[in-house]
Parts: sequence; structure tokens; C-alpha cells
Amino acid sequence: MTSTPSEPVLRIEDLQIALPEGADRAFAVDDVSYELNAGEILCIVGESGSGKSMSANAMMGLLPDQVRPTAGHIFFDGQDLLTLSEAELRDLRGRRIAMIFQEPMSALNPLMRIEDQISEVFEAHNLLTPKERRARTLELLNEVQIPDPEKAMQAYPFQLSGGQRQRVMIAMALALEPDVLIADEPTTALDVTTQAQILELIHDLRDRHGMAVMFITHDFGVVAEIADRVAVMQFGKIVEKGTAEEVLDNPQHDYTRKLIAAIPKLHAEKQEMVTSPTPILEVIGLCKTYRSGGGLFGGPERVVKAVKMINLKLAEGETLGIVGESGSGKSSVGRCLVRLMEPDAGSVFLAGEDMAHLKGEKLRSARKSIQMIFQDPFASLNPRTKIGRIIAEGPIAHGVPAQVAFAKAAELLELVGLDKSALDRYPHEFSGGQRQRVGIARALALEPRVIIADEAVSALDVSIQAQVLDLLADLKARLNLALVFITHDLRVAAQICDRIAVMQKGEVVEIGTAHDIFNAPQSAYTQSLIEAIPGREKELAAAS
Amino acid sequence: MLRFIAMRLVKAAIILIAIVTLNFFLIHAAPGDPAAVMAGEAGAADDIFLEQLREQFGLDKPLLTQLGLYLGGIIQLDLGFSYRQQMPVADLIFDRLPATLLLTMTAFVISLVLGTLAGVLASARVGKWSDTLISTVALLFYATPLYWAALMAVLIFSVQLNWLPGFGYETVGGNYEGLDRVIDIAKHLILPATTLGLFFMAVYMRMTRASMLEVSTLDFVKTARAKGLKPSIIQRRHVFRNALLPVVTLAGLQAGQLVGGAVLTETVFAWPGIGRLMFEALAQRDYNVLLGVFFVSAAMVLLFNLITDILYRVVDPRIRAS
Repeated sequence: MTSTPSEPVLRIEDLQIALPEGADRAFAVDDVSYELNAGEILCIVGESGSGKSMSANAMMGLLPDQVRPTAGHIFFDGQDLLTLSEAELRDLRGRRIAMIFQEPMSALNPLMRIEDQISEVFEAHNLLTPKERRARTLELLNEVQIPDPEKAMQAYPFQLSGGQRQRVMIAMALALEPDVLIADEPTTALDVTTQAQILELIHDLRDRHGMAVMFITHDFGVVAEIADRVAVMQFGKIVEKGTAEEVLDNPQHDYTRKLIAAIPKLHAEKQEMVTSPTPILEVIGLCKTYRSGGGLFGGPERVVKAVKMINLKLAEGETLGIVGESGSGKSSVGRCLVRLMEPDAGSVFLAGEDMAHLKGEKLRSARKSIQMIFQDPFASLNPRTKIGRIIAEGPIAHGVPAQVAFAKAAELLELVGLDKSALDRYPHEFSGGQRQRVGIARALALEPRVIIADEAVSALDVSIQAQVLDLLADLKARLNLALVFITHDLRVAAQICDRIAVMQKGEVVEIGTAHDIFNAPQSAYTQSLIEAIPGREKELAAAS
Repeated sequence: MLRFIAMRLVKAAIILIAIVTLNFFLIHAAPGDPAAVMAGEAGAADDIFLEQLREQFGLDKPLLTQLGLYLGGIIQLDLGFSYRQQMPVADLIFDRLPATLLLTMTAFVISLVLGTLAGVLASARVGKWSDTLISTVALLFYATPLYWAALMAVLIFSVQLNWLPGFGYETVGGNYEGLDRVIDIAKHLILPATTLGLFFMAVYMRMTRASMLEVSTLDFVKTARAKGLKPSIIQRRHVFRNALLPVVTLAGLQAGQLVGGAVLTETVFAWPGIGRLMFEALAQRDYNVLLGVFFVSAAMVLLFNLITDILYRVVDPRIRAS
């Protein structure tokens, strides 16, 4: 991360951006100043709602309709971007300042071929002949290292993987050799190994083209990998800025310290194995295959073997992590365990009873003992149902009198750290972290012996994530729960799990104590996963 | 693609047989005896005459046998014989079909083109007075009963202003030939086709407007702006094409209804099409004609469903692949 800073290509001075009336604060961005130098990667770090993307959108003239800059300047190439007309801004967009986004699937037009989407950039600025555009598009796809670029040009976005789509976005942004590249959370939606590759690509391209990169992220691990300089934002203000080393190694502001402390450490404690003679949950030979198409008129059948002969054991009071990238089958396992999905083969013994083969009333009553916490705290709570009913619904369905169930719901809310006045409120009145607490209370309401948490903290900001993880650990100890913790995030797994099963393409490639997995991974895949964790090298260096 | 179409055609044939069977039993379950109606009109409703009529038209055979004979006929494109009109049903229907198709296709094109255009215009001027105007007019079209709109159209444009003919397919006794005849028919077509299209015009407008606005908020539109593309290109190439997908679905639904859906319009405007044929057959208990019309409309619904699905595959590469 050594590059000599030259004169700034972009200078933001006292920028203030007003939010529409009725928002939770008056200004999205207030009194923000920073500079971006040629050939430098500046990370703007903050949690959701910190205003970290706003100044980038302002310089592109892409702010939402009711959000307007009210004071300050953005100087680029001798002119103030905030004073330019739409036509003048349009001329800069894509040519001098380019941008890539978080979700590479939705950032590409689903109905257009890749070639057309990239050559549009030249068309927008009336450059090159159609034939030259084609040649240049191929060159760009080669530069961002897309496998089989000729074929990728003819492909539609849905035919590419997430990482490939983000490479296409980067190719598009590079097309006219811009002076500034804005990358808004470009690796957040990607798997950890893909993220590492994209970070490396952005780093390389910066070195080769000497452009300035403004990298917006919530992830300090990513910052450690890529940043030259860092600006930390909270509530629309920059609370701290400096070189990456200064901010990461010696944070000055409380908020920065809090954020860095909240990152789960990769170091997994070596702890006593939880041993109990009979496991509470035992999975034997679990298989799940997805079939689509086929049938009398459906055309050729497509078969995806999502889970292949999985064996797992879970002791009382133990936390077992199931870790894997997207498509590894980890969520399918979770859904089969609670019979939200029918396994094709295998047994799931829960306290000696085979969940996989129960039917009707027996299945219904067995469900009490195994409950699930979901990833998305917004989608997993019914927006038209009050919190009290959400929590009490399960017990009532199992025959608990309503009054008792609601009294219990109030207790549970306090147990998960919410006020019992929440009983009469609706989900939209709560933040993401609070909703996830409601989700936990709901799972606990049936007094389960096993809880399956499927990416339960993945949608949360890092400081909220830390609180929810603490809550889970605390509850687990108090209630002697067994926990299956499904996650893509190895840092989270290292913090909370006793044992970890690593899944790849439907199979468990490695299973062991968290300590062994992180310190002596056996399979090549586990090693590559661990190496790809952003910020790991820096953490290792600091530890030694 | 060919395999897809072949499979769908086989499926359509099976559905068609099921529909015909269901219609057959439904009609026979309804009260009313065609022999009695015919005999009544002939003024001689004694039992022997009734028996004779029943025997003549095969109405005395068991229902299942009647159904078998009917299905056997359909395979050879024989839709039976109309006792009332003394003509094969297929001839009756194919006589009337061109007029109905002309009317409904014109209505379809008018509503689709004007509705979509109005929707695009409204979405581009969202919140401004032109948007309000378009939306209000659309609501009016949406809420007005078809027969009332038809009567008003005749009253205003035909009776009061005398701009356009108010009934019929062409001028009776006009004996126009060639281009003159085409112009004459076109003049007769304008009022019924526009009235028939009003409702769907409003639906297309509202759907296009909503769909355009929704697509405008999607990430790839922001990408397009970040490229420095002009708004007009973004609207046309990125927003409109994606916004069209739900409109295509709706157009398929409307197209399927075209044959059966013009009963009211054809009645008000005295348009010699299938809708009126069906209306008359219903009043006269003319089973075979009714079944024939149902069969042809069902076949049309299935055909247009297939066309919609093929169109969808052309417009959306994701469906093509799955």
C-alpha cells in the first residue's frame, strides 16, 4: 500500500447535503471535507445511515430526488461539480469519474448482452466506431480477467457469476480511463474468496492506470486490505481521517475504536470440548436434491445436489458452525433440520426421535424443540402483526393459553434486551438489530432445545452484530441451548462456535474444533477460505 | 424453442378436450330442451313431434355417446349441425369469425399502442398536470361500463355530429368495391373498436406507468446514468424494455379474451361477429352453435397464451434459458 500521494484530483470542502423533512436527521452529510489524490485509494468507512455514499453520489450528480447539496464545494479539474449543469455533469460521468456498485446483479440491465452494456459507455460519449468499440470491449474484459471473454461478451448478466458480473462492472468503469473510480461497497455481496480476487483486481488496476479510487465500505477488514487513507463517518460527519496505518493501529476517535473492537477476532479460543454421551441432535446421511423442469411437459430436468450425505452431531450446550460460500448447501442443511424442507434421504435424530420421518401431529409437537432464526430481520417478521402476537403465536398454536403466552412473551422481550412495551408495537417501529432480537425471542418462546441460526447476524452492522452475538452466547449459556450457526463469515464463526463444519458443493470438507479449523486447517478449501478473509494478514502481523 | 412449442401444442390439445367435455356437460345440465324450443316455434309441441326432432338430431342418445360423437367430429373439424340455422356450425362460425377478428384485433392494437404510449408519457411527467390528466382520463375509461360508453359514442359521434356510422359492418346497399369498400368498413370499425379498447387502454396505461416508475428506481438505471448516457436513451433502452415485461403478460390475457369478449359491443353496434352469434344461439338453445363458439374461443385463448409465452422468451433472455 505504498503510493506517493501527488496533488489532489478531487477536493471536497465543507460539503453539506440536506435530507427531506421528516428524516431522522437534518443533513445526510454535514461539514465534510476531504481530498482524493491521484493513484490513491481512499476508504470512506461507516455503518448504514452514516452518509458514506452520499458525497460520492453528489459528485456524480446522482443524489436521490429530494436530497440536495446545500453548502460546500466539490472541486474537480478546476471546477466546482456542484455548480455544473446536468449536461456538463453527464459529460464527466463515465468519462472522467466512473462508479461501481454493491450488487453487480441488479446493477446490470438483465435484458442486455454484456457487450452492448460496455460499449454503451463509448456511445454515450460519441467515441470510437462500432467495430473499435467491440475490440476495446474485448480488451477490457481481458484486462479484468474474465474467463472466456469472447463468450462473456455475448452473455446476459444472469449467465455470469457474482464475481464475473462485478468484473464486468469494473471493465465498464475503466472503459474511458477515468481519473476517479468510485467503488460503493463493491465486494459486500460477494463470497469471501471472490471478494479477495476483486480487491486484488482493483488494487492492480489502480497501480497500472494511476487513477484515484474512492472505496466506500462498512468493513474494516477490507479497509486493512486495500486502503491508503481512511475517513471514518458517523451520522453524516467525518469523525476521523488519516493514513490506513494511523487509523487502524492507533484510532483516535471513540467511535472508530468501538467499530474496530466490534470486529470479531480471527483468534478462536482453545476450549474444553463439550461432550455429552448422547448428542441432542444427530444427522445421518442427510441428502437434498433440487429438481426443476422435467415432468410431462417441463422439458429436460435439471438436478442440483445441494446436500450430499451429510453427517453431523451436536451436543447439548454446544455451538456448531456450518460455514461455506453461496451455493455450498449450508442453508439447505438448516432447512432440512427443521423440516422446512423435506430431505430426500437420511435421518435427523432430535433427542432420539427421527425428525426427518415424523408426520402430522407428532411432527408438529417435535417442531417445538427445534427453532430457527432467519437472516433478514425485515422480511422474517410479518409487518401487519404486533410483536406480542409474533412471539406468542407459536406457544398458542401448541395449546398454551393466550394470557400465559403473552406474559411469557413480555418476559422473553426483557430477556433479549428489549422493553416489554414492544409487545404492542409493529416490526417497522424497530431497527434491524432490535428486530433480530424479536426473532430470537420468537425462537425461544417454544423453549426449544436446539436453535438453528441461518446467517442470523449477516444483515447487521458490525457494532449491532457484536451485541447480537453476545446475546446469543449469553442465552446459550443460561438456557443450555444447542446452537447450529450457519454463516458465510469466518470471523463470526471463530467468535461464537465450539466446532465448525466447512461445507463446499454440498459436502462437509472438514469438521473440527474452531481452534483447529483456524490454526491448522486440513483441507485446501478451508485454507483458501481462511486466507481470503480480509484484514487477516494485518491481524496476524499485529498479533506476532 | 421448437421442442418447447411442440410440447405446448400437445398440452393445449389435452386442455382443449377437457374444456370441450366440461362445456358439453355444463350446457346439458342447464334447463331448457332444444327440441321443445324448436317444436314450440313450429307451433306443434306434441310428444310424437318432439320424439321425431330428438331422434333427428341425436338428442335421444345417452349423453356419453353424444359427447363421443361430438369429440369425434371435432377431430375432423366438424363442429356439428345447427338445427336452428340449418347449416353446419363450422360454416356459421367461420362466416362470422373475420368480422370479430377485425373488430377485436383493431381494439387490441388501439388499446395496446395508445395505452402504453400514454403510460410512458405519464411516467415521464409524473406529478405534473399532464400526468394527472392522463391518469384521470384512464380512470374514467376504466370505470365506465362498456355498453354505456358504446351508447354514448353512438349518440355523440353518430347521431349528434353525424361523423361516423353507428351500426353495422358496412353501408347496406352501398355496393362499394376495392379501396372504397375498405374505407367504408374502416369508418364502421372506428366506434366499436375504440369503445371495446377503452377498458384495456386504461389498464395498459396504468400498468405501463407504474412499471416504468418502478424500473426507474432500479440499480441498473443508476449504472446507465453513471455511464453518462442521455435520459432519452436511458428511458428507451433501459427502462422501457424492462417495464414492458408485465405489459406483455397482460396483453396475452387480453388477446385471449378477444374472441369471446366482444358480445356486448357486437350487440350494441350490430356487428355481425361471433359475439352476436353466441348471443342468438343462447336465446335459441342452439347447443351446437354455443359449443362451437366456446370451442373456438378456448382454442384462441390457448393460442394467444402460447404466443405470449414465446414473446416473453424473445423479450427476456432469462426465461429463454430456464
